[in-house]
Amino acid sequence: MKTILRALLCGAMTMGAAHAQDGVKLEVMHWWTSGGEAAAVRKLADGINGRTAHSWVDSAIAGGVDIARPVIISRIIGGSPPTAFQFNPGRQALELIEAGLLLDLTDVAKAQRWAEIVNPPSLLEACTVDGRVYCAPVNIHSWNWMWLSGPAYEAAGLAMPADWTGFLNSVPALRKAGITPLAMGGQAWQQAGLFNSGIAIAIAGPEAWLSVMRDRNADVVRGEDYGRAFQAYAEARTLSDGTGVQDWNQATRAVMTGRAAAQFMGDWAQAEFALAGKTAGVDYGCLPGLGLRPYLQTGGDAFFFPKQGNPAVEAAQKEMAALMLSPEVQVSFNSAKRSLPVRGDVDLTTVNECTRQGLDLLAKGRTLPSTVQLISADTNTQLNDLLTEFWNTPSMTAGDVQERYARIIADAR
Amino acid sequence: MSGPRGPRPRRVLSRGNVFVYGTLMLVSVYYLLPLWVMVMTSLKGLPEIRMGNIFAPPVEVTFQPWVKAWAEACTGINCDGLSRGFWNSVRILIPSLVLSIAVASVNGYALSSWRFRGSETFFVILIVGAFIPYQVLLYPVVILLRSLGLYGSIWGLVLVHTIFGMPILTLLFRNYFASLPEDLFKAARVDGAGFWGIYLKIILPVSLPIFAVAAIIQVTGIWNDFFFGVVFARPETYPMTVQLNNIVNSVQGVKEYNVNMAATLLTGLLPLAVYFASGKLFMRGITAGAVKV
Amino acid sequence: MPRPVRLLRNLQAKLAMAPMIAVALVLFLGGPIWTLLHSFTDSRLLPRLRWVGLDQYERLWASRKWLVSIENLALYGICSLVGTLVLGFVLAALLDRKIRFENTFRTILLYPVALSFIVTGLIWQWLLNPELGIPGVMRGLGWGAFDPLNDPSLVMYGLGVAGLWQGTGLIMCIMLAGLRGIDDNIWNAARVDGVGVVKTYLSIIVPMMRPVFATALVLITSGIVKLYDLVVAMTSGGPGISSEVPAKYVMDAMFGGQNLGQGFAAATMMLVPVVVIVVPWTYLAFGRRKRG
Repeated sequence: MKTILRALLCGAMTMGAAHAQDGVKLEVMHWWTSGGEAAAVRKLADGINGRTAHSWVDSAIAGGVDIARPVIISRIIGGSPPTAFQFNPGRQALELIEAGLLLDLTDVAKAQRWAEIVNPPSLLEACTVDGRVYCAPVNIHSWNWMWLSGPAYEAAGLAMPADWTGFLNSVPALRKAGITPLAMGGQAWQQAGLFNSGIAIAIAGPEAWLSVMRDRNADVVRGEDYGRAFQAYAEARTLSDGTGVQDWNQATRAVMTGRAAAQFMGDWAQAEFALAGKTAGVDYGCLPGLGLRPYLQTGGDAFFFPKQGNPAVEAAQKEMAALMLSPEVQVSFNSAKRSLPVRGDVDLTTVNECTRQGLDLLAKGRTLPSTVQLISADTNTQLNDLLTEFWNTPSMTAGDVQERYARIIADAR
Repeated sequence: MSGPRGPRPRRVLSRGNVFVYGTLMLVSVYYLLPLWVMVMTSLKGLPEIRMGNIFAPPVEVTFQPWVKAWAEACTGINCDGLSRGFWNSVRILIPSLVLSIAVASVNGYALSSWRFRGSETFFVILIVGAFIPYQVLLYPVVILLRSLGLYGSIWGLVLVHTIFGMPILTLLFRNYFASLPEDLFKAARVDGAGFWGIYLKIILPVSLPIFAVAAIIQVTGIWNDFFFGVVFARPETYPMTVQLNNIVNSVQGVKEYNVNMAATLLTGLLPLAVYFASGKLFMRGITAGAVKV
Repeated sequence: MPRPVRLLRNLQAKLAMAPMIAVALVLFLGGPIWTLLHSFTDSRLLPRLRWVGLDQYERLWASRKWLVSIENLALYGICSLVGTLVLGFVLAALLDRKIRFENTFRTILLYPVALSFIVTGLIWQWLLNPELGIPGVMRGLGWGAFDPLNDPSLVMYGLGVAGLWQGTGLIMCIMLAGLRGIDDNIWNAARVDGVGVVKTYLSIIVPMMRPVFATALVLITSGIVKLYDLVVAMTSGGPGISSEVPAKYVMDAMFGGQNLGQGFAAATMMLVPVVVIVVPWTYLAFGRRKRG
């Protein structure tokens, strides 16, 4: 590991950079600004600052991908890109790669044997175009978790349910205790995620889900399995009245305090539980895949490195990419972020009951790609718009949303 | 400028008076309520906010939210609050202010006194520009700045502010200069003064009010800008509003309404101070610039 | 005046206006043309010229979100235009009645202008917070459930109240300035003829203030068309899609959906009314000038 870093560093110096040993300022753009996320970013920054001659310049933009993306794209087109930026791997960055705007990391990937260590391989595939590697995956995040509130179920005098059906059965008792059954933030992606990553997989099944998302089979959407899924989604939308918050971590907060009984959210929610000092299995419970069909969606975050036209900077970028997948950084970063490491050969320091369930599913290969790895941002936005409209329009029936969903899938490119 | 109009009210408690003052008081409540709530919220601790009524004054006054908003709030891994962006905002504001006003005033002057064939057409295009959502022009501006080699430098951002301030400012300057007595120009032109001579020696000295209005509008617009700042600056030159967005939009555990409100007030302090300090001057300039067409 | 060669006439004025002319041509004319051109392509993340005809427009007009956006903008636009003009004029007229504390009242009405839409959005979001804000207080008084930001049928009015709060002060100032420009003799003549105060305002003063209304209209309508920041800060288009607006549709398509062609098609549709209404109107309102 160290030798390779040195080799890269030497390479940078011989390539004509006058003071490569002085280090390069690496401006990293990301939207990880919640408490747990920021703590994880610090680990990455510590890795860069402590192990290399370079320094991390933090360029965090709150408000998520909607605010950050115009900034990143504008800066790349404008010829003044950040040194590295967070982006969803997969189809979204394809055009930037095709236009030759991003740095080719293939030699780093070869030297670091990424092909052997990255698990599941789909993460590296998402970074690969025509056999060349263009991004460094840093973690595995799975969308499809249901988080249960210990205090809420205690107040209602019930045990935490084991699956979605059990949850639905507990709703009357929760209501009687004045608890909102399902916490749901006001933003479209949260409401859409419950269907696209939760109910569709758990109720219609992974095969049906894959043939819709991957193969764009609109007939499956119009079929019976998806029909049941839309029915379940219609039922769910009555359960979140009174959440009254926008942000996902505000909704998580409601689960922590017992004001709401459950939330469907990705495993990043665990970082918020951890930050508040909550214990898995006691203060909160977790059901991957709604407990019905435990599958793990293996999405994740990756860093891309725009071409800078400066050999010293490019060497530093490659050094950074290598460092992000190093065992030490993988452990410290993912332990803080409560995501899973992208390499199967390291152990996290903070494995609790929920993380254990995730790791088990990963080891068994019960994994699915993430939604954004399969469909384009365009289709994703259309689905989000449709599902949030449905979620907030009580007069819209499950049949309506099913047909419109099918049409979007049929038109998806 | 002449004084207020209308018959002077005779009795203090006439029906008309009750109506006039009653309405104004009512509207003032609508206008002041948000400010009151902001200030009160920013002076409360979080438990008190959650317990109580947002209109009530704090039981226990705390300045901690202000301290936190200014110097401690975190975004990403930087925990130095708004202070990081304040001087950047000043460094962006001053050149943008000077350049945009200089350019727009010359435009307005040329359009009102030195018209030529086609000058009105350019003016109409400019006014249409005021209606174009700036998001639509994002890519063209990015391409323009790249070809000028200004992308990412503070001068690129200054240019962007100058461009997007141009329509409304040019309109105001043009209207103001058109309201000046025509004899002023005629005499000067007979004396042989040229374009710049008349502008510098005759126009500028009598145009303080409209320059004040333009300055106030631009201070507000540039200081409050978030989108251009975040797109065209770099992290080391991000204006204060980027930190404001980061503080307000990133929830670290509990949503800290008091810190958000303090941050909001701190960011708005400079334009607010400008408005409070220059109320009369603003009124005079508006009277001259917006009224006569 | 003798006429030298036309191109060289007023050469210095032309040179001085060169920056404006360049901006007008390159950005405010060139930008929309560039946008129009790319709306006929399938540009996704990066602009490219691969033609798809009117596909983007077909999809646009089949989109529920776009239709909702237009309805919302129309509703907000009418409320905001009428509200700002009426409230602005009435307040200006009241301030013009030789009242005491005129400066204080004017400052109170004007200060929100100094704040950004993002800040305005944040304040009103807080004021309309369902539990702790005005809705909570009203519920406490037993006035029933009222939650404008989470009620699809009320959310645009919630935005309207905030927009009005921020925007009326400047319009009021302009109106007041206009009223101050009215000759005393007009008032005296009206009084001699026995015309009432309200009637004098409506039938004599308002028509005389045409140019003032023209400036006010430019400011108000350009703000309405560009409505975006306030929505993002207050509701992000929610609940559901019930407070979406066209400028947000454009941004969502361009960056959220990485479908530039679709965003440009929506942007072009936004520009159509601007060109159809604003261009001839601008010529009428500002085109005729006394000095040449």
